[in-house]
Amino acid sequence: MAGGAQRIYKQRIKSTQSLKKMFRAQELIAASRIGKARARTAAAAPYERAITRAVSAVATHSSTKHPLTSERHDTDRVAVLVIASDRGMAGAYSASIIREAERLVAQLKNEGKQVDLYATGRRAVSYYGYRGRQLAGQWSYGSDSPDSDVAGEIADTLLGAFLAPVDEGGVSELHVVYTQFVNMVTQRPRVVRMLPLEVVEGVAVPGESDTFPLYDFEPSPESVLDALLPRYVRSRIFSFMLDAAASELAARQRAMHTATDNAEDLIRTYTRLANQARQADITQEISEIVSGADALAAS
Amino acid sequence: MAELNVDLVAADRKVWSGAAREVSAPSVDGQVGILAGHAPLLAVLRPGTVKVSTAHETAVEAHVTGGFVSVDGNLVTIVVDEVTELSGREPALR
Repeated sequence: MAGGAQRIYKQRIKSTQSLKKMFRAQELIAASRIGKARARTAAAAPYERAITRAVSAVATHSSTKHPLTSERHDTDRVAVLVIASDRGMAGAYSASIIREAERLVAQLKNEGKQVDLYATGRRAVSYYGYRGRQLAGQWSYGSDSPDSDVAGEIADTLLGAFLAPVDEGGVSELHVVYTQFVNMVTQRPRVVRMLPLEVVEGVAVPGESDTFPLYDFEPSPESVLDALLPRYVRSRIFSFMLDAAASELAARQRAMHTATDNAEDLIRTYTRLANQARQADITQEISEIVSGADALAAS
Repeated sequence: MAELNVDLVAADRKVWSGAAREVSAPSVDGQVGILAGHAPLLAVLRPGTVKVSTAHETAVEAHVTGGFVSVDGNLVTIVVDEVTELSGREPALR
């Protein structure tokens, strides 16, 4: 009997301590990767800027219609791309992105649309898999360090769906749900309508002059647009994925930090309880000895 | 003599940037040479070699898999999908 409670508390302290070590390690890993993820976001920025600028230059100078910029009215199918993480241990990160996606899907269904779901990251894939929901496409890559090849593959699939005829599962819109990295403490789920493209947003390019020069297009405005727009979509999707990666890591770092703190609290509590139990055992032993001695002395 | 400001960017990084005398890029219609004062141009590139002759008489060559080049004033932006080979990079530039 004696020492039973003590042993249990010691065990708990030990296991909490090893958990704490794991949390701490995850926190440090996430912290060291955030810097890298943000550097990658910064490294991809010049490309995105150059493409956006070129797209708006073409858009302002030619009235060329392109399939990617025009609305489709022949189908009510729409595509939703959910960018989630591969792993948990990031607090509410996956839960909130999936909740946002579900809200969007419900809203689109209310508008009488059929939703094709595309998901990246094992968390989203298993969420929909578990509920028996059909996914039109899924990718699992290292969600905390996406590369541009995967982004290209995803973009090509979605562009293919958007350009496909109705009977081959063509969709009329593409929405992307991802987590926007605001700063280290704030990451916000965000919904963006990606296709059909609205180039208007890029026209107000900060520059020395308000007007774009009259470009020569080689070979022709149409084919320049043909080459530009898919690249634009690809680079946007890549930048969403990079943003999501930075958000995931920030969320993980914070969650693991909290977990470490909680583990410390638990260890403190258990240590107190263990001390108490030890004191109780000692007190009991002393009183047994004393009463035994008293009994002997009395006889 | 006027110089060109050249940015060579790939999807995930800035490959090269600096001042140059001449840029030669493989457009779909044939190799285009760009000197300072070139008319504004947006050209689609085919796989080939982009050659940048810098102001200091050195040359940077990059094999690219496709992309486009835009010329605006003396600002040349070469946007490529991927650079497979790069030579003559100046150490001072990243």
